Amino acid sequence: MAVPVLKQGDVLIASIQSALTDHDLLQLKDELAEKVGRFRSRGVIIDVTALDVMDSFATRTLRGLAATTRLRGAETVVVGIQPDVAMALVELGLTLDGVATALDLEEGLEVLANLTEAHHRGR
Amino acid sequence: MGAEKSVAIDRDVDIVTARQIGRELAAEAGFVGSDLTLIATAISEVARNIVVYAERGEIRLSLSSRNGRRGIEVIAADDGPGIPDIEQAMQDGFSTGRSLGLGLPGARRLMDEFEILSEVGKGTIVTMRKWRA
Repeated sequence: MAVPVLKQGDVLIASIQSALTDHDLLQLKDELAEKVGRFRSRGVIIDVTALDVMDSFATRTLRGLAATTRLRGAETVVVGIQPDVAMALVELGLTLDGVATALDLEEGLEVLANLTEAHHRGR
Repeated sequence: MGAEKSVAIDRDVDIVTARQIGRELAAEAGFVGSDLTLIATAISEVARNIVVYAERGEIRLSLSSRNGRRGIEVIAADDGPGIPDIEQAMQDGFSTGRSLGLGLPGARRLMDEFEILSEVGKGTIVTMRKWRA
């Protein structure tokens, strides 16, 4: 199941609608890396509110996605990690090191505004 | 405790199916809230292990009870290559496949009981259980 990606100014918003297979996640990563270039985006928001499970593969793929888009000039913020999912990640020993997170879309856009400013000042 | 379900695992979409059915069964066993997520996540990890290392196998899910406590039992069975060194496979960060190596040790942390039997060339059976508080 494909994830819809909306373009909002210089930000891409990927809003995950339902459980994703490994293949769907990898496809999202490739698609965002390409779209960041095509639309000259400076930021990416991944909304994972609909995910009831984030396992080691999902976590690793999101980290890879953030690292890839950063190399393409855009910062990524993951928003909407559910409380139960956050607890499971901690139990699993998984972290989203290097990936910014925010509570929801609104806060994610704020975090992104700060990050992109820093990025384009050369950090 | 009659309910038992079996999910054939041979591609990534089956991982999602297995964890969704597991979550439903865990709810039937009376688990609530974060326990449902922990159980579904553990199932996801052992199911992925089958896809990555053995290509195909099966997840068997059943309601369980012991000493008056209800719980869920998850068996992940495959006839793949087996694990030569289980102790090593159970260490955080150890991986021979395309993973973080957190799958099995992670699943063990999420559940109450975790056993693994493996024979090189024959296959692997992971049995894990979680009991209601």
